[in-house]
Amino acid sequence: MTTGIVKGIISNLVQVEVSGPVSQNEICYINLSGEKLMAEVIKVVGNIANTQVFESTRGLKPGDTVEFTNRMLEVKLGPGMLSKNLDGLQGDLNKRKGVFLTRGEYTDPLDEDSLWKFTPIAKVGNIVSAGDWLGSVPESWINHKIMVPFVMEDEYTVKSIVPEGEYKITETIAVLTDKDGKDIEVNMIQKWPVKIPITAYVEKPRPFKLLETGVRTMDTLNPMVEGGTGFIPGPFGAGKTVLQHSISKNAEADMIIMAACGERANEVVELFVEFPELDDPRTGRKLMERTIIVCNTSNMPVAAREASVYTAMTIAEYYRNMGLKVLLLADSTSRWAQALREMSNRMEELPGPDAFPMDLPAIISSFYARAGFVYLKSGATGSITFIGTVSPAGGNLKEPVTESTKKAARCFYALSQARADSKRYPAVDPIDSYSKYLEYPEVIEYLNANVNPHWVKDVNHTKDILLRGKEAQEQINILGDDGVPLSYHDKYWKSELVDRIILQQDGFDKVDQSTPMKRQQYMLELILEICNADFVFESYEEVMPYYTQLINICKQMNYMEFQTPEFNNYEAELHKIVEERRAK
Amino acid sequence: METQAFQKIYTKLNQITKATCTVQATGVGNEELATVAGRLAQVVKIIGDNVTLQIFAGTEGIGTDAEVVFFGKAPTLKVSDELGGRFFNAYGDPIDGGPEIEGEEVEIGGPSVNPVRRKQPSELIATGIAGIDLNNTLVTGQKIPFFADPDQPYNEVMAMVALRAQSDKIILGGMGLSNDDYLLYKNTFENAGVIDRIVSFVNTTENPTVERLLVPNMALTAAEYFALEKHEKVLVLLTDMTLYCDALSIVSNRMDQIPSKDSMPGSLYSDLAKLYEKAVQFPDGGSITIIAVTTLSGGDITHAIPDNTGYITEGQLFLKRDTDIGKVIVDPFRSLSRLKQLVIGKKTREDHPQVMNTAVRLYADAANAKTKLENGFDLSDYDLRVLDFAKEYSDKILAVDVNISTDEMLDRTWELFQKYFNRAEIGIKDEFMNLYWKKG
Repeated sequence: MTTGIVKGIISNLVQVEVSGPVSQNEICYINLSGEKLMAEVIKVVGNIANTQVFESTRGLKPGDTVEFTNRMLEVKLGPGMLSKNLDGLQGDLNKRKGVFLTRGEYTDPLDEDSLWKFTPIAKVGNIVSAGDWLGSVPESWINHKIMVPFVMEDEYTVKSIVPEGEYKITETIAVLTDKDGKDIEVNMIQKWPVKIPITAYVEKPRPFKLLETGVRTMDTLNPMVEGGTGFIPGPFGAGKTVLQHSISKNAEADMIIMAACGERANEVVELFVEFPELDDPRTGRKLMERTIIVCNTSNMPVAAREASVYTAMTIAEYYRNMGLKVLLLADSTSRWAQALREMSNRMEELPGPDAFPMDLPAIISSFYARAGFVYLKSGATGSITFIGTVSPAGGNLKEPVTESTKKAARCFYALSQARADSKRYPAVDPIDSYSKYLEYPEVIEYLNANVNPHWVKDVNHTKDILLRGKEAQEQINILGDDGVPLSYHDKYWKSELVDRIILQQDGFDKVDQSTPMKRQQYMLELILEICNADFVFESYEEVMPYYTQLINICKQMNYMEFQTPEFNNYEAELHKIVEERRAK
Repeated sequence: METQAFQKIYTKLNQITKATCTVQATGVGNEELATVAGRLAQVVKIIGDNVTLQIFAGTEGIGTDAEVVFFGKAPTLKVSDELGGRFFNAYGDPIDGGPEIEGEEVEIGGPSVNPVRRKQPSELIATGIAGIDLNNTLVTGQKIPFFADPDQPYNEVMAMVALRAQSDKIILGGMGLSNDDYLLYKNTFENAGVIDRIVSFVNTTENPTVERLLVPNMALTAAEYFALEKHEKVLVLLTDMTLYCDALSIVSNRMDQIPSKDSMPGSLYSDLAKLYEKAVQFPDGGSITIIAVTTLSGGDITHAIPDNTGYITEGQLFLKRDTDIGKVIVDPFRSLSRLKQLVIGKKTREDHPQVMNTAVRLYADAANAKTKLENGFDLSDYDLRVLDFAKEYSDKILAVDVNISTDEMLDRTWELFQKYFNRAEIGIKDEFMNLYWKKG
């Protein structure tokens, strides 16, 4: 085993003189008076390895010893991760002692003592390879598959498999024989290096299925798909985190992995507190039962922040390979990029734009590429949908992280300061945002078949109304209320109707916070019917009060349970008022 | 500090810059404290035998033969109840002529709280200022800065908030505070008769610049003692964080680090987060709430300092002089308290969230009407009404000199709604309209 001696310390960059071979991204432990600090090799020059330490280096001295592990940063995969609160290195935060995070304390993400009810799937004599299902255990409500470890690259014959029963994760559940006749014992635990994608699937087609999120401005206007990628850039205060939280609460996914990357601790606490209480509207269970939180808050060591997004992605890939729909949310990928910048800076690399490392676009796009919809070897499907937030410096979207992400992600949900300032939440700008999936023939076909036959046409029509309304508003602002034709006021207020009723959503109201697709379709049709109607006005001064009245009624409808008597009353009232001014 | 037997002493400096020096030494730990020719310094970089120290008081007059003494420990503060009512410098030494503090010596800038051991903040802090209590409610365990231009009365407003807020201890961390402002705080606290609740760590403009890097950590270490050990509600005031960041950039510049945006160090986000994230609500009642000041240059919030701060803190407060009424208000547009959702409508009256949003929306309509007026367009009847509403809303509710309870703020807002608008224009849930919209 290679060992080393600390030679230099610049904040969390530690230079180690090594005695033997080391590899890039190898993990080592630095001994600091009894504490072992985990570190990763990020650059090697001669016999000096530059390592980034995942902990505070206070008190570290030249001459302190280092042990190398000959392994890369890995996660430990197996049943028992669900509902856990993990740190960026996959340590279980609940197992850590004390109020403060003491350095050098690493906890097991799994529980070696718990018993799991194992049911075999593979049979003796079966030929299996990496990712194939050997059996399953119930993990909460998920049918957790025990798979042939991803690191086993060949084909193997199942020599024996244990019968149905209760086992610990450390117990052998199957013996596999390789081509040379060597037996390999497999238990429920496997390990995988986080920076390498798991590719134990047959095919990754273009995604085509809608992923409902309950957020109208997404589902209706710019839909996300199962296995899709998207990002939410926005200045601070525009509601990135609130939007991500509401997606996580209502999205139609089997499981949610939240990677809180360099963000506020109180926001993570909100997840800890609320998720075990909130009901999952689809299963009736608690939200926490389908959630894993990987958190590295902004005050936790910066190097572990970079690791945290990879840890979360690898866990997502593991569950995807069980045939599950996984939704991975990362807040915020800018913090991850900043962690890369800090390290690059300490290593005195030549900087790229805004002092970020030159390979930032490549790092971001290869990370987004790990999402997707896949066909597994068993014929089942699985998916990872990835939505990341970006916190652009100064709210300016022309900065390296936003630009690099724009190239990689297919959906763009731009949060606008102007909308946030006027409390139009979610502040997703309907004109700047896009979903590339709306152009996919597969997606169009799916939406028209599953929502209604003219859905995509309706959606594009809605976008036109919004755009025309914006143009009309600009003209009104330049020429004055009475300087424009009456129809401009009508166009503007029709777009306001769409904006206030379809796009704006009260994330804190128990009904309005999530809208099922059926209701979205109903409301869109209703609003479009009004938008397509011609109204008679004598002067521009009549336009605003009239539409304000319509908006007020529709808003009350949004607050009511769908198609209850109250809801229907409001709707009847709405129709009455529409008829009053409808052109004959 | 006196030299002791076990301490290592070196006398060969091979590099001196305006803020740092490098000495050949062995067995020195990272972030260790030392003195260079009697001035306090801290290790910031070690390459082989070359140890680089930042000298807090500056390097003026330091010779290559200066005596460097290492203490074998990071900077510390002695904490105990004796801290109450005392004034200290950036090193934690008394500057009020009182005796040294006896107590447990703890390292400053210690580890962060395990997020699963935090409690969700849920207790509101009333200040009597509607721009805060009504529109941007503060919660214990929150961190929030005032984004202010240097000419705005942020220190006065902050002192007022500190006094009105219900807290057990107020800890002032003053960085680059002018002597006048230091005296403002001192006199305000003394006059209010609350001096034993106050602990101050002050670096004034008369003190060396780099020293102020210690101030926030000193203040927060003291805060952690009271919040964790004594279960007290602690309010920490940090003014001015922009000057703290300036000191960071000086040190990183002297260490030849590549600057990122606006000449700030690339680690600015992490550096600030480590301080602000000390704001916490502990499960047993103790809490640390941080109210800071970040001065802006010409109101530019895209500058690296306010920008990074905004991404860390739970909102921000802007002051604004409302020329219509000639008073200072907390700007309802740009200000935001992210944690208000945890308390409004729950710890306050149920109609609070909707009333707040509606009033701000009408205030925004007034701003549009004002633009129309300035551009020479005719105003509609609605425009005239929102303008009148905005003026009265500003004067009777938002102005910082108004000191009323949250319920009264809500009642006054309903009165104004009814005075200027009809039901449809208000557009609040019928449930509340029926309750608070007076008939007739």
